[in-house]
Amino acid sequence: MAETPTENTKVMGKRIDNFFIGLERAFTFVKRFFQEVWFPPYEFKEFIRQCYKIGVNSLPLISLTGFIVGIVFTNQSRPSLAEFGATSWLPALISIAVVRAMGPLVTALIAAGKVGSSIGAEIGSMKVTEQIDAMEVSATNPFKFLVVSRVLASTFMIPILVLYTDFVALLGAFVNVHVNELVSIDTFFVQVFNSISFLDVTSSILKSLVFGFTIGIVGCYKGYNSTKGTEGVGKAANSAVVMAMFLIFVEELLSLQIIVFFRNM
Amino acid sequence: MENIVIKVRNLNKSFGDLDVLKGVDLDLFKGENLVVLGKSGSGKSVLIKIMVGLLTQDEGSVLVLGQEVKNLPTRELNELRLKIGFSFQASALYDSMTVRENLEFPLVRNVKNLGKTEKNKRVEDVLESVGLLQTINQMPSELSGGQRKRIGIARTLILKPQIMLYDEPTAGLDPITCMEINSLINEVNETYHTTSIIITHDLTCAKETGDRMAVLLDGAFGAIGKFEEVFKGAEDKRIKSFYDYNFIRQ
Repeated sequence: MAETPTENTKVMGKRIDNFFIGLERAFTFVKRFFQEVWFPPYEFKEFIRQCYKIGVNSLPLISLTGFIVGIVFTNQSRPSLAEFGATSWLPALISIAVVRAMGPLVTALIAAGKVGSSIGAEIGSMKVTEQIDAMEVSATNPFKFLVVSRVLASTFMIPILVLYTDFVALLGAFVNVHVNELVSIDTFFVQVFNSISFLDVTSSILKSLVFGFTIGIVGCYKGYNSTKGTEGVGKAANSAVVMAMFLIFVEELLSLQIIVFFRNM
Repeated sequence: MENIVIKVRNLNKSFGDLDVLKGVDLDLFKGENLVVLGKSGSGKSVLIKIMVGLLTQDEGSVLVLGQEVKNLPTRELNELRLKIGFSFQASALYDSMTVRENLEFPLVRNVKNLGKTEKNKRVEDVLESVGLLQTINQMPSELSGGQRKRIGIARTLILKPQIMLYDEPTAGLDPITCMEINSLINEVNETYHTTSIIITHDLTCAKETGDRMAVLLDGAFGAIGKFEEVFKGAEDKRIKSFYDYNFIRQ
């Protein structure tokens, strides 16, 4: 049966309500993180465990992706530069693209998929099986143990992974350039380091911190607020990835404006 | 009365339009095992979750060891929680930790200056008391349902609580394991001198473990008393059918 206009308005009204309620909940969650992060007890052991999970366990995927990105980007850029007889600029072009944008973005997107979904699913399943309640009744702050440690670990590890991705992507680019242009590793990396500035590296690290924080907090928020049993766990993991990826692109766009502003100063 | 460990007065709790608890009154006396019976969705678990501050009532008073749970600031609430052991329906063991780590989790966070030897001893002692010392290095996923329940109880016992709250301790277990869990509840009561509330709809468990029964009907206690007083010659049709279903059917 078709819905009447009044029913449609009600449904729309409820959706708008839910949107703002969700926004308020997310804001409260982030606020709580900043309130709790400074004060003891510090879950240092859990933080280290999460750093290991996020960092070391992501290495194979990040390595492979970074290396392929380096090769593919070099291959795709060569014809355009060749038209101007400027293939010798390949190392400079690639290093700027990798350090400024591709390294942080590729790493953050992969981490959003791997780390964000894992955090969302883990905390979500703990929520529906009452493990979070069990922590609470044993006088432990589950927010501090689960959320603060994971968000800090993700914020700390993503920039390290980004630097690693940059290196691996440049290595991939070198292999491609070496095979095609017979450029030595010394010449390649001299050109790379001559092209990138201090601002490139620091801005890349700073925005990676923001990406890491986003991946961690979104995964935790979705997991912590999951409902409806196992179906809810799947939804939490899925929406953690989607939301984190969306926010990463928005943050990339915003950070670009800020960096351009500083570059033009 | 000093003897009262938990005192509940006019407790009301609703979820949206659904009124779950409607004016519950209850006194739990020191050293006794009180069984709360009722059909699924009658608010039994809600009642004990309010007692540990996992849920907050809409109206009414819940005094645990003389303290109004609702008004307690976080630190005092946590101190009170250390005196209460809560055994969850699905055990709620931490999946990513071994049995040892599950038991150490509340211990290392709440007992200051605990040496490694003392910590290991307490973990081993409590596992011994539930008869599962051999599982110490296993993951929860490697345990059976009954073993998980026992480890869940052990995890609450490690802090030596004064009050034990069991949420459906025999749910989903075979009859033999149910008997073992019932015996364990009685052993815990004797060994640790706890006062307990056992939430169940299993009358065998109720009869074996409870000193008193309280039947939750339509959001309030329809009957409270000893097993025979509540069930033998019960006039309320719902209580009668509860008894008939559990015993005559079998």
